[in-house]
Parts: sequence; structure tokens; C-alpha cells
Amino acid sequence: MSRVLPYPLLTAGLILMWLLLNAFTPGHLILGTLLAVPASLAMAQLHPAKPRLHNWRAIARLAGVVIHDIAVSNISVARIMFSGARLPRTSGFVAVTLDLQDPTALALLAWIINNAPGTAWVEYRAATGRLLVHVLDLKDDQDWAEIIKNRYEPLLMEIFE
Amino acid sequence: MSGTILLGAIAISQGMLVVAMFICAWRMLRGPRAQDRVLAMDALYVASMIFLVTFGIRTGSVLYFEAALVIALMGFVSTAALAKFLMRGEVIE
Amino acid sequence: MNDLSALPLWAAILIALLLVAGSTLTLLGAVGLLRLRSFYERLHAPTLGTSGGVLLVLIASMLCFTVLQQRLVVHEVLIFIFITLTTPVTLMLLGRAALYRDRTEGNDGVPAFEPEEIVSEADQ
Repeated sequence: MSRVLPYPLLTAGLILMWLLLNAFTPGHLILGTLLAVPASLAMAQLHPAKPRLHNWRAIARLAGVVIHDIAVSNISVARIMFSGARLPRTSGFVAVTLDLQDPTALALLAWIINNAPGTAWVEYRAATGRLLVHVLDLKDDQDWAEIIKNRYEPLLMEIFE
Repeated sequence: MSGTILLGAIAISQGMLVVAMFICAWRMLRGPRAQDRVLAMDALYVASMIFLVTFGIRTGSVLYFEAALVIALMGFVSTAALAKFLMRGEVIE
Repeated sequence: MNDLSALPLWAAILIALLLVAGSTLTLLGAVGLLRLRSFYERLHAPTLGTSGGVLLVLIASMLCFTVLQQRLVVHEVLIFIFITLTTPVTLMLLGRAALYRDRTEGNDGVPAFEPEEIVSEADQ
């Protein structure tokens, strides 16, 4: 099973993409499968790191938190642009020391931080775990390092480690 | 009635997207630095992709969807290559 | 030509609202590109268009085609997945490139380069 289908989720995703791009017919299902299985075998030749997902409940919780945060920061950044970008507002770099080590978890954290308007992932040093994030609106009562540390990192650790 | 509402909304959003594309183009030409130009080009790609999707809604043609997908793909590849170039001075190492 | 007047009124109003909201977000992102002062601030501006703007316009498109053709049309999801996967990568590359360039030119306002040995000694 695992020799024929080393990445079942990837194969299923490729077949689904083929069907979405063309049409949901049995013929396209066969053609898509014929293309997706060799593609996933080719992927296995590259030996990518195989992430192990542990906790599906934590994935659902993380998805909820991320969707909420992206929606909220969309609105707040849109308000900053709308009400005049020249109002007094401090933006700057925030440094966080991460305990997270797993590359896939770090990639997911980078995705979250960059997809939320108002925060941008600028630099990460793997040897020390130092992460540099640029924040558009540094509000005085919100500690961004604490948000990343307490909101995202424990959930990501639950999922990947 | 619903056709009028929708055509009006499409016209409004296309107008706003055209303004957005002009702003991005201005930032791309003005700079001041190379990274500003690359960032503006990325935003220009995204705005034109959304513009094509609104065209697709108006005409009901799937061709616009495929063009939007291709533009998104080209935008990613070119911006990534340019960012790499800014960092290292060469794209392929 | 699409027969847009075949849409029921509720769908037309919903699609119109989604379209206008999505393109407003994209326009606000472009305005941010115009008005914000430093490059690192401007780095946040296009995210408005790529997370909120794209999502709203694509939902409008999906809704429109689904109601008009009386079947589920969701291929716009592919564009959304692609855009949300790729924009963080480009922004991260651009941010790093800008930081690297600013540091080599010795510009003000960027955090200094941290040599890894010194920091790891201080942590222990």
C-alpha cells in the first residue's frame, strides 16, 4: 500500500484538482488517477520530510483561531488604511525566541503570520530559534511576542511534536 | 432588476480595481528602491487577477478563470525569482 | 454573455456586496502601498488584497456560477488555495531580501545582524 501510494493525501488532492479543473466525470477520474499516482511516486523520490500529525482536535482549534485572527486583522488594517496612514502609530520589529523546531510547523507559523495583515515574518535563525517579525501597529497594551508565543506556538507543538 | 444591480456592482468594483492597479503601477515606477518595485509588481499581479475574475462573472466564461490562474502562477514565480535576485544578485545558483 | 438578470434578487444583492467589499479591500491595500512611509510598513499592504480581497471576490464568483448553472461550481477554490499558499512565500523572501540589503548598506532603523555564536552563548 505505502509503496504504491506513498502520499495518499497528496494523490487525493491532485485527483481532486484535476476534477475541479476539468469535469466530474468517470473518464476524468481515471485520467486524473493515472496522472496523480506517478506524480506522487515522483514526489517520494525527492524524500521530503514527512510530517506526523498527532492531534486532529488541535488542528481544528488552530484553524478556528487563524480564521478569526485573519478576519480581525483584515478589518483593523483596512481601518488604518482608511482613516489615514499618517496618524500617530508606531510600527517596528519584534523579536521572539521560538521553542518550535519542526520545519513543517515553522512553515505553517510563517504562513499564519504572513497571511494575517499587519504582521510579516522577516527573518528566522534556526540555530538560535530567533524570529524577527515586523508589526504594522504596535499597540501599547498588546505584546506581540506574547501573542505568538502563547497563541500559536502551543497549538503547533501539540500538532507536530 | 438583479441584472442592473449586478452590472452596477461589477462596474464599481472594476473601477476600484483599475485605480488600485494604477496606484501599484505608480509605486512600481517611482520606487524608491528595488524591493518597493517588486512588491508593487506583486500587488499589481493580484489586482489584475481579481479584475479578470470580475470579467468572468460578467461574461460567464470559464476562459477568464483559467487566465486568472495562469496570472497567479506567473506572478508567484516572477516575484520569487526577483526577490532571490535582490538577495543574491543572481537567480540560479 | 451571461444572463445576469436570471439571478434571484437575494443572490444578486449578496454577490454585489461581496464584489464591492472585496475590491474595496484590494483598493485599500493599494492605497497603503501609496501612503505608508517605509518599505517594511508597505510590506503589510498587499496582504489585504491577497487574503481578504481575493477571498470575497472568489466567493462572489462561486455563488454567481453556482446559482446560475444550478450546480455546484467551486473551481475558484483552486485560485484561492494557490494565492494563499504563495503570497506568504513571496512576502517572506522580499522581507529577507530587504533586510539583507539594508544591513549591507548600513541603513538606520533595521535590527542589527545577530551573530549566532554570541546569541547562543548568551542563551545558555
